[in-house]
Amino acid sequence: MRGDVLTGKYFMNGDIAAAEGALAAGCRFFAGYPITPSTEIAERMAERLPEVGGIYIQMEDELASMAAILGASCTGAKAMSATSGPGFSLMMENIGLGIMMEVPSVVVNVQRGGPSTGLPTSVGQQDMMQARWGSHGDYEIIAYSPNSPQEMFDLTVKAFNAAERYRLPVLVMADEAVGHMTERVVVPEKSAIPIVNRRGPSVPPAEYRTFKAGEDLVPEFAVAGQGYFVRMESLTHDELGRPALTAEAEQVLVGRLRDKIATHAHEIAEYEEFLTEDADVIVVAYGITSRCVRQAVEEARQEGIRAGLLRLVTAWPFPSWRIEELAVQAKAFVVPEVNFGQMVREVQRVAGPAKTTFVQYPPGAMPHPDRTLKAIREVGK
Amino acid sequence: MSVEFEELRDIHPRDNLLRTDLFPHIWCPGCGLGIALHAFLEGMEKAGIPREKRTVVSGIGCSGRTAGLLKVDSYHTTHGRPIAFATGLKLANPDLHVTVFSGDGDLFAIGGNHFIHAARRNVDLKVICINNFNYGMTGGQMGPTTPAKAKTTTTPYGNFEHPFNLPWLAATCGATYVARWTTLDARQIRDSIAEAAVKKGFTFIEIVSPCPVGYGRPNRIGSGLDEMKFYEENWELRSGNWIIQEGANPREADIDLGKAIVVGKFVDIDKPTFLDMYREQMPQFLAEKENAKDRKEEVRE
Repeated sequence: MRGDVLTGKYFMNGDIAAAEGALAAGCRFFAGYPITPSTEIAERMAERLPEVGGIYIQMEDELASMAAILGASCTGAKAMSATSGPGFSLMMENIGLGIMMEVPSVVVNVQRGGPSTGLPTSVGQQDMMQARWGSHGDYEIIAYSPNSPQEMFDLTVKAFNAAERYRLPVLVMADEAVGHMTERVVVPEKSAIPIVNRRGPSVPPAEYRTFKAGEDLVPEFAVAGQGYFVRMESLTHDELGRPALTAEAEQVLVGRLRDKIATHAHEIAEYEEFLTEDADVIVVAYGITSRCVRQAVEEARQEGIRAGLLRLVTAWPFPSWRIEELAVQAKAFVVPEVNFGQMVREVQRVAGPAKTTFVQYPPGAMPHPDRTLKAIREVGK
Repeated sequence: MSVEFEELRDIHPRDNLLRTDLFPHIWCPGCGLGIALHAFLEGMEKAGIPREKRTVVSGIGCSGRTAGLLKVDSYHTTHGRPIAFATGLKLANPDLHVTVFSGDGDLFAIGGNHFIHAARRNVDLKVICINNFNYGMTGGQMGPTTPAKAKTTTTPYGNFEHPFNLPWLAATCGATYVARWTTLDARQIRDSIAEAAVKKGFTFIEIVSPCPVGYGRPNRIGSGLDEMKFYEENWELRSGNWIIQEGANPREADIDLGKAIVVGKFVDIDKPTFLDMYREQMPQFLAEKENAKDRKEEVRE
């Protein structure tokens, strides 16, 4: 029987790689609902979890799936779900619960075209702002943006580690193209995969306070059944977990929930740069788009335009500080996305005097580099 | 008064099972939730469930506040989702004893889908529903158990909808244990909770509870005590397993405004739980897969 880390080199699609990344990260519970184009993740987990002593359950909908993985995580299990747009909308409610009760968990969203049922079988990047703002109330989120099956594996591992470290639902914002693309995936030795586990209580049960945070603003996690009598509360609460329905309590709690991510944004955020050193036109892209437009950057260079590429590995936290630095040298940013304009707003917000051009690709088709090249030429003149 | 209250608090034998820092609670005078909560504490003691394994999950509403009042691992979750949350808890750690304690609106309107599917799967959860026939926390609106013609703030001309018959719903969805009591039946509730606590599978207990503010007043039932008196005068006990005993069919347990409320145990059957089936099937299937000649191998480079 296969173990949890299938060390070796494989020809594997992105969805399956995400499932394998989850298992390698220690995921032992999956609750989900079939939805194109993420279904292969559920199918793989249904096959693989029993092999490693885990539990797969197919829930009645995505509301239940998200709730179930939070419940499972409260026993200490690493838990995940996978979905696409319509299911992601349903999960918003309990993603908020995960934020509020600070429960580590991972959701993979293999994005397709929307709104509503939209384009079930084809690519989209339309849920990027929903990932950031979709659940009600104020919060900060962590969202990775893989651009290859290899990254579906690697970033799912990182998503679990970030979820455990910072105690919140962490999102892997994939897309249909990356999810269904089959490519080489290298699964490292088990010992070479860094694993982070949530911090347990450092005090005896009598002194334990469910939401008392350490210096890093992250509370210690007591699992159910250990006599700690945890008080997990979805209402605004105090350190003990008691409902505290005041402006002061909201300020302290929601302030901390935001700050625990915001103050670690530089540690969490990841990006890659290509030819940016001397660039005066910088393409900012993520997910499948970042791969397609690399060619546009190369061709622009051949034409004598000093173009570069900033590739977001985490969409959230958004590395605004790096855009600000690049805005000093660059005269323009070009932001191609497979949507009608989402992350471009983030670039625009911090680009200062540099011009920001949005390159719109309709969901439903792979983004062709020519359109981005044309935009680079226009601003690079 | 406060001095007397402090004294009472000091001597109450159940204090160690409660989060006394949240008392006095927020429930209205005449509400039945206190009786149900006390019966729960007694039932769990009677069943001998180890304290550290008792896990209670609630949704939103008056009944939803129960989890937070109990000194156990408690989870006050989102509206309608306690059963889904509890499913994750129980399956990821089967050693836990997981009770879902919530209201009729939470479990059967917004959370109805989760109830029917958890019952169908026979997840080992102990579901207790406090049915007060309305949404109390939001101020007395119509819900899925509000009797036809009953008045609420959103049915000012009387309710035009047919209400759920909860024991029948639970029975047809596959629950292994189904009972209904009113808050007048404190000892029966305790015994039923103790019985369900050690029963394998998805168990369901409906506790009909007075809501003098949200439901009693607009329907001229009077105080909480008056509603209990109504239970006393209109009480019909049915017991046994309806599958083998005609006459205790939960199908006949509809609740109509001003009519008798059928109470008792309706279902008590044995069948494998989700985890029983998972564990029973898995070793065999995994072994077959391991030995299969045409085993699908990973595509390696």
